[in-house]
Amino acid sequence: MANRTIRIWRGDQSGGQFEEYTVDVGEGMVVLDVIHLAQMHHANDMAVRWNCKAGKCGSCSMEINGKPKLGCMTRMGDYEADEIITVQPMKSFPVIRDLVTDVSWNYRQNERITPFTPRPRDADGNWRMYTEDVERTQEFRKCIECFLCQNTCHVLRDHDKRDQFVGPRFMIRIAQLDMHPLDTVDRIPATKEEYGAGYCNITRCCTEVCPEHINITDNGIIPMKERIVSRYYDPITMLARKLFGGK
Amino acid sequence: MAANPTGVGGHEYGYAKTTRTDKWWVGPAATAFGLGLWLIYYVWSAAQGDYYAAGPYMSPFYPFYLHPSEAGMGASDAFFGMNPAWWPALISPALIAGFAPGAFRITCYYYRKAYYRAFFGTPPGCAVGARPQDYRGETFLLVFQNLHRYALYGALLLLPYLYWEAFQSFRYHGEWGVGVGSIVMVLNSVFLTFYTLGCHAWRHLVGGQLNCFSCGAVPRLRYGAWKGVSRLNENHMKWAWTSLIWIAFTDIYIRLVSMGVITDLNTWGGF
Ligand code: SF4
Ligand code: SF4
Ligand code: FES
Ligand code: FES
Repeated sequence: MANRTIRIWRGDQSGGQFEEYTVDVGEGMVVLDVIHLAQMHHANDMAVRWNCKAGKCGSCSMEINGKPKLGCMTRMGDYEADEIITVQPMKSFPVIRDLVTDVSWNYRQNERITPFTPRPRDADGNWRMYTEDVERTQEFRKCIECFLCQNTCHVLRDHDKRDQFVGPRFMIRIAQLDMHPLDTVDRIPATKEEYGAGYCNITRCCTEVCPEHINITDNGIIPMKERIVSRYYDPITMLARKLFGGK
Repeated sequence: MAANPTGVGGHEYGYAKTTRTDKWWVGPAATAFGLGLWLIYYVWSAAQGDYYAAGPYMSPFYPFYLHPSEAGMGASDAFFGMNPAWWPALISPALIAGFAPGAFRITCYYYRKAYYRAFFGTPPGCAVGARPQDYRGETFLLVFQNLHRYALYGALLLLPYLYWEAFQSFRYHGEWGVGVGSIVMVLNSVFLTFYTLGCHAWRHLVGGQLNCFSCGAVPRLRYGAWKGVSRLNENHMKWAWTSLIWIAFTDIYIRLVSMGVITDLNTWGGF
């Protein structure tokens, strides 16, 4: 056990400040444990969202020493023993109180996406698909909706293009649906025009912060960008479509 | 509109501002330094017009150039070296050779990330303030990036030529042999192949664009190709740098041998 000091931003929309708390930290503890210790011993009214403590519910997203991370998956042992660790709420969503932000903007983006629309079942009442056809979309299903990628994406974080771009989490949801062998919706026009794929400049910060290690950029966004190229920018595929039909 | 009034959440606002405490700037600084140094060397070397050949070796910075030892032999030996009379002089072989790979790298998804971060500050690092601007992403001025696959076609066409040059490096004055320079040139072709075939646009074209890999014999073949390309694609950044450094190294090596600064170990007993 050792005394460690943690700096936590406290406040709400009307303002706030960093408060320092010194607590007795045990071996193997994660940042969320330390926040809980501070809450228990010094600040009963501190707001922090959490649930599973196992990196699976996506509730405890925060910024630790400026890096977007899950509090429950960040070990104190990763920092110098005498380092004061700074914890902040996510920057790209409105602070409700202390470390808790209002992430409902993300739910509204999700609602804009046409849900999975499978083709009719085969004559025997089954839907058939093969492993190789669906395996690449499994990666996207690992998403725990922590929204750390949405928080970090500079298009939303710095340029405030919330009306133009749905963000990386929803780009991979769109990719997952578009690549699905049973889905029947043509999603390319909306991905370009409404969801704003062109706003992503593939600088990969979403991939860097994703706690599920989903290859958001390489396997989700870039393939969607290439599909948009075939539809809207590549003169050869555009001409072929005119001549021979098809998408 | 930012999500919060300034101060709420304790965040920093503005270009390159962050609460990160690690050395986030090392990556972009190293990228800027590496790319900058490479470009300076390339421009210098390509402008020399000399010392690009030694023995059977030809610098990859001077493709389509007539090998000095072959000058005066028949036009059929010159490969691309001799242009027909109607060929516009402005489109010199060196121009094509520099333009195609240059366009390929500039529009490459990996290099885009690298220079957007290192030179354009959009963003300089993750959770580090981006350069303030009327941000349009790749929808406006940068919309040309969408034609990356055409640069890929150029790069794919160049690959066989590079192998041809590497093949030629095993024959000096009609005598087969091998030298350190031959190995350097073969590796150069191999690294460039790994870089080129790991391209995201290529990955899309060979199979990524399909939604059903199991629907027929051709899609199944394309599935296999897509898997192979995906493996190279996972290491695209690694091959981007390896091939970039090696192509310059190949030029430096041949330049030094040709200047007599170093001696090439080979089976021909010197040039
Ligand atoms: S790669 Fe695209 S979506 Fe991901 S953080 Fe960067 S700009 Fe945003
Ligand atoms: S993609 Fe990754 S970072 Fe983004 S919400 Fe899902 S799990 Fe979180
Ligand atoms: S508490 Fe569930 S992810 Fe951290
Ligand atoms: S994406 Fe890098 S070469 Fe195409």
